[in-house]
Amino acid sequence: MLKIENIEKTFNKGTVNEKKALCGVTLVLEDGDFATVVGSNGAGKSTLFNAVAGTFFPDSGSIELDGRNITYVPEHIRSHEIGRLFQDPLMGTAPNMTIEENLSVAYLRASTGRKGIFSRTGRKEKQFFREQLALLNMGLEDRMENPVGLLSGGQRQALTLLMATVVTPKILMLDEHTAALDPATAAKVMELTRRIVRERNITCLMVTHNMHQALDAGNRTLMMDSGRIVFDVKGKQREGMTVDDLLRKFAENAGKGLDNDRILLS
Amino acid sequence: MSGFLTVGIVQTALEIGLIYSLIALSLFISYSILNICDLSTDGCYTLGSAVGAMVTIAGHPLLAIPAAMLSGVCSGFITALLQTRFGVESILAGIIVNTGLYTINLAVMGFSANVSIFGTDTVFSLVKNLSENEVWQNWSRLILLSLIIIGICLAIHWFLGTRLGLSIRATGDSPAMVRASSINPAFTITVGLCLSNSFTGLAGCLIAQYNKSTNITIGTGMVTIALASLVIGETISGKRKMPVRIACVVLGSCLYRFIISLALRLNVPTEAFKLVSALIVAIALIAPNVKQKIALQMRKRAQG
Repeated sequence: MLKIENIEKTFNKGTVNEKKALCGVTLVLEDGDFATVVGSNGAGKSTLFNAVAGTFFPDSGSIELDGRNITYVPEHIRSHEIGRLFQDPLMGTAPNMTIEENLSVAYLRASTGRKGIFSRTGRKEKQFFREQLALLNMGLEDRMENPVGLLSGGQRQALTLLMATVVTPKILMLDEHTAALDPATAAKVMELTRRIVRERNITCLMVTHNMHQALDAGNRTLMMDSGRIVFDVKGKQREGMTVDDLLRKFAENAGKGLDNDRILLS
Repeated sequence: MSGFLTVGIVQTALEIGLIYSLIALSLFISYSILNICDLSTDGCYTLGSAVGAMVTIAGHPLLAIPAAMLSGVCSGFITALLQTRFGVESILAGIIVNTGLYTINLAVMGFSANVSIFGTDTVFSLVKNLSENEVWQNWSRLILLSLIIIGICLAIHWFLGTRLGLSIRATGDSPAMVRASSINPAFTITVGLCLSNSFTGLAGCLIAQYNKSTNITIGTGMVTIALASLVIGETISGKRKMPVRIACVVLGSCLYRFIISLALRLNVPTEAFKLVSALIVAIALIAPNVKQKIALQMRKRAQG
């Protein structure tokens, strides 16, 4: 369970560039919740993600994951329990390392303590990686010795998804992870995401600019604007919603016209 | 081999090339793998040679080796500390450490600019005296250095395949991925720089014992020389597998010494050596780019 309580974050405080990115965001994600987050550019979605991931610490408020206060826990320690995918498919993987080496690095999250830092990837693990890669259905299991830089964006994003979930995280955070992919590949990566999240009952938070996706995927939809969560819908009410409803809500809450092509085009 | 290039010249070029290849391997770890410009190389190399020389004079030529490596580790640790804990830009961290090391090196050498270790045993004389055989007497240095370098190369290859080694490679390759994979980049950078600088220190120690002397300016421009060797090596190896890349770094260093030996043979004055070094680096860096441009011109011309 993820419990975010009243977190605030202001960038460039005290300068002309001061930007209140988060203004008291409160959010509780139950175990197994799959929430989609929509909102215009600059609404604070990525800031919220980065606050949970620990890229920076919030100015005030607290973040709890499974009852443990992680507000000021460093990023690399949190990542034992948090899986993350970025919009840029190039960010989540190391291009000059092989698929197998990338998975080995991701699999480090499974090990606790310092023992074994001089150990190598064993045959058992390689077999495990191969099986996991085969599930992606992209033929990557036969290319484990290839550098990741040779893969396409979609393949890299699928691999990143596998790396983020190879050790089941307490929460999976997807920051527009299909936005940079072509429609067919995006659909495939999204399908993979849903399958993995469903099979292992992972709590998931996903930013998207695709309104269909926002209603279609998961069981809950949040809307952010100006650093606040302005709309939170789930259950019966959500099932009855159409893309038009969501867009109207969007305009209502934001109190301004839609200036984002990507939202209109969806 | 007679006439222009004598066996002696080739032998010396190989011996020095092998010693310098340690610095190239050091930069291979910091620059190619970790993607960090560590400019403390010059000072760290002098530190290694100063520590190595002093311990050798004290009568412990073997102990000098770990001592010099340890001094390199300390230097690397401070460089890493500045950039990971205190957020100093990596280039600045190296320059600061490099500057500070000058005084430290002088202090290690007892505030004298030159130290001579004539009259005491070195690792080279110890190995040489193992046998009276003439061939052994001639080639023992090269054999010893080859064994050391092969050992170090195997160790590097082994290390980069371990979990810690993979984490270090990932740190230089994709910082975002590293943070998302529960690796502490501060830790991997520190380990990487300590390791790389230990090789620089070792090179300093070996060169001091090889020359039976050291001085405070021995490290000047060493980072350029090592970079030249590294660039030559990486140009040869391209994007091949790790063992080939490591071997090519050593090969690049030996090739570089050959070019310098040729320059020596052609009676280029020693004062011009730094300029020659800089030219070699520039040519090695420019070569791939010029090759592409020429290919493009050819294609253009072919189209008329």
